[in-house]
Amino acid sequence: MVWLNAIVQGVLLGGLYALFATGLSLAFGVMRFVNLAHGDLAIAAAFMSFSLQRTFDMNPLVSLLIVLPGAFVIGYLLQRVVFDRVVGVDPAFQIVATFGLSMVVQNLIYEKYTADTQGLDAGSLDASGFALNDTISIGWIPLITLLGAVVVLSGLALFMKRTRTGRAFRATSDDADAARLMGIDVRRIWAVAMALAVATVALAGVLFGIKSSFDPFVGPARLIYGFEAVIIGGLGSLWGTLVGGIILGVAQGLGRQMNPQWGELAGHAVFLAVLVVRPTGLFGKGQLR
Amino acid sequence: MSTFKVARGSTASRVFAVALVVVTVAMATMPSWAEGGTQRKMVELFALISMAQMWNLLAGFAGVVSVGQQAFIGLGAYSMVALINVHGQNVYASIPMSAVLTAIFSIPLALIAFRLRGSYFAIGTWVLADVVSLVMQQQTSLGAGNGVSIKVSGDALERLKIIYWLALGLAIGAIVLTYAVLRSRLGLQMQAIRDNEGGAKGLGANVYRTRFVAWVIAAFWIGLTGAVFYLANLRVQPKDSFSVVNWTAPIVVIVVIGGIGTIEGPIIGALLYYFLRDYFKDYETWYLIGSGIAAILAALYMQPGIWGYVRRRWGLDLFPIRRRLVRTQE
Amino acid sequence: MAERMLDIQSLDVVYGDFQATFGIDLHVDTAETVSIIGANGAGKSTLLKAICGPAAVRNGSISYKGADLASVPAHTRVAQGIAMVPEGRRIFPSLTVDENIQIGAHTGRKGPWHRDAVLAAFPLLERLRKRNTDGLSGGERQTLAIARSLMANPDLLLLDEVSLGLAPIVVKQVYEAIPAIKAQGTTVLIVEQDVNQALSVCDRFYCLLEGRISLTGTPSSVPKHEITEAYFGLTTTEGGH
Repeated sequence: MVWLNAIVQGVLLGGLYALFATGLSLAFGVMRFVNLAHGDLAIAAAFMSFSLQRTFDMNPLVSLLIVLPGAFVIGYLLQRVVFDRVVGVDPAFQIVATFGLSMVVQNLIYEKYTADTQGLDAGSLDASGFALNDTISIGWIPLITLLGAVVVLSGLALFMKRTRTGRAFRATSDDADAARLMGIDVRRIWAVAMALAVATVALAGVLFGIKSSFDPFVGPARLIYGFEAVIIGGLGSLWGTLVGGIILGVAQGLGRQMNPQWGELAGHAVFLAVLVVRPTGLFGKGQLR
Repeated sequence: MSTFKVARGSTASRVFAVALVVVTVAMATMPSWAEGGTQRKMVELFALISMAQMWNLLAGFAGVVSVGQQAFIGLGAYSMVALINVHGQNVYASIPMSAVLTAIFSIPLALIAFRLRGSYFAIGTWVLADVVSLVMQQQTSLGAGNGVSIKVSGDALERLKIIYWLALGLAIGAIVLTYAVLRSRLGLQMQAIRDNEGGAKGLGANVYRTRFVAWVIAAFWIGLTGAVFYLANLRVQPKDSFSVVNWTAPIVVIVVIGGIGTIEGPIIGALLYYFLRDYFKDYETWYLIGSGIAAILAALYMQPGIWGYVRRRWGLDLFPIRRRLVRTQE
Repeated sequence: MAERMLDIQSLDVVYGDFQATFGIDLHVDTAETVSIIGANGAGKSTLLKAICGPAAVRNGSISYKGADLASVPAHTRVAQGIAMVPEGRRIFPSLTVDENIQIGAHTGRKGPWHRDAVLAAFPLLERLRKRNTDGLSGGERQTLAIARSLMANPDLLLLDEVSLGLAPIVVKQVYEAIPAIKAQGTTVLIVEQDVNQALSVCDRFYCLLEGRISLTGTPSSVPKHEITEAYFGLTTTEGGH
């Protein structure tokens, strides 16, 4: 029964990982661009929420009303001002630029908030939930996170399939030059894609901050989990990202159940296994580039 | 009528070669006149130059952009711990053995990582470095999470002298190794692939193998660097020796600003980075923020780097690896 | 006199380090169909790319409906009425056939071409509508690409090497669609290696050789051998340039 609980908790955790992964998947899908500072931006959002709580006693879930639009704008500006210059260029410079951004974000946060671990207090929702039976209980926050992931991914899928701009997104990710020939403003599409990516990862960051404690330097670990979820699920598939996140979460949970120190390693092991055996991931349809 | 010949060297490069020998000899005398603290700092500088050259070999020439090279520092350090503490091997003999062990470990890592490309490859190397670090943390014989000190005996100052020379050798060796690789057939393949991958493949270049070999060479030398550095510092902890912040971040900044794809670039970048960091040592965080911003700006606007611009402007090549067509007078 | 639809003066276009065209003077009047012929590498496609977007213009000017195009971004040119059917078709693989047609209308320009009109003009697309693009033949892709561009209701339609990679009989079928396009009053600029097809539909033509215009005229007034010479850059004792 404890094993079943480990799986259930792993599934819930998978929702969080899927949320971290969504932005990565989106940015890579639309513009072949990977932001190494992706995880750090999530933590920045958590700290923003922390400030709002510290100053205005605002519940972190309420703070999303400010943090999410802010993240959207920041993502849009980052793309227009910084990232546009390294899309389609030698990946070395993409990697260096976003790596540099990661350093900058981490240290700016550190400068302002020190290295102290912080947490976000969601009041009565925090650490409460409902029990399914003696051993298995489901926390509200993890459940909200999983549902949030499902809602976000469904929303994106619908957007891509049914709207005019969504169609433009898909065309741009296929062939940016040909998209321009259709009259699509490719630079605006990229900026919106990055804005959505940063907004989703900000959501992930705040939810993460409610559940766990965080300090300025935990960003890269979030990037890595998001990345592993994308690879396990398969490039080019949004729903694959959800499945990948869940598999990662479950693997970590089972590993932790075997030995408290093995959680992370178990997740990495599954990731490495997928990479070796089926590099395109479980539902992948893209190439590994 | 004038004829042409293909030349590699130039007056500048010959002058520079002489200057390099002079500087090396001068640096070698340092232990006799500098104090321990200074020597220790130079060891760190040499380690940075050494690792920067290897990262540049990978990223600037072989097209392998990795943010996981810190794994090899850690592997070099932990190999030393294993060989010396656990198996009682001779301290100095363990250094090359650690490098070999690191190179061997790098092979399965490459087999896995090379299934990815571009930015995802970079994150993949980050993950692999993390995995190696976690695995090391599980080994109680190697100090587990808390770390362990390398068991040495004998006079600390004598040892520091020897380590200093070893570190100097590391830095010079890294430069010479990079130069030698680039002048070899492997290097020619690398540059051909870098300039035009499709064309190079058409002429028979094996991209995968070229990158693989470069990876293992870099792993060997970075392992060597880790071994020597931690022999100087003695305390080996997973968070420290596998740290991105300590190793990979400075290296990336150094190479990009100095000039990626040139041998001169990482040297300039390392000197600049190191001395500026010393100058700003009371503002450590702001220095990190500043160097991060510098790296971003360099990647966006200054892609050739400092030496890249020097080379463009004055056609200067202190390490002659490119062949030029030179007119000889009749 | 109405302004010219397209007026190119002394155009030098570069492609990386390489100069593709040298001092091109070329114009297209409203409702005309003009063909540009020339061998591979003559600079034809680069010229079209300069008209619809981001090719590097080093010298000279391109005017569309009297206004200089220099600072107008590629996607805005489409909204202004220039549409190109690109070399190699460049159908979007993630979109169905129907969605490919719809995306052509992204700018929302008004005109005679909407989905029903396009399907009426290209009946073979009707039965392919819901399908993915993987299984389409070369001719079907080319038809789809033309239909897609028409959905933008262009005033100036550019066709870049539509015959490339297609069997002669398929090329013929594709070119049979041109009269319907001309009938709507659309100005058409065709770039082609297939000289016969190109000359069969145009009012005037230019021949490009190594980035320069080697000949211009109407198909009926210029003798065949002159065209051949201008195409290949041969000079003979009679009538060469």
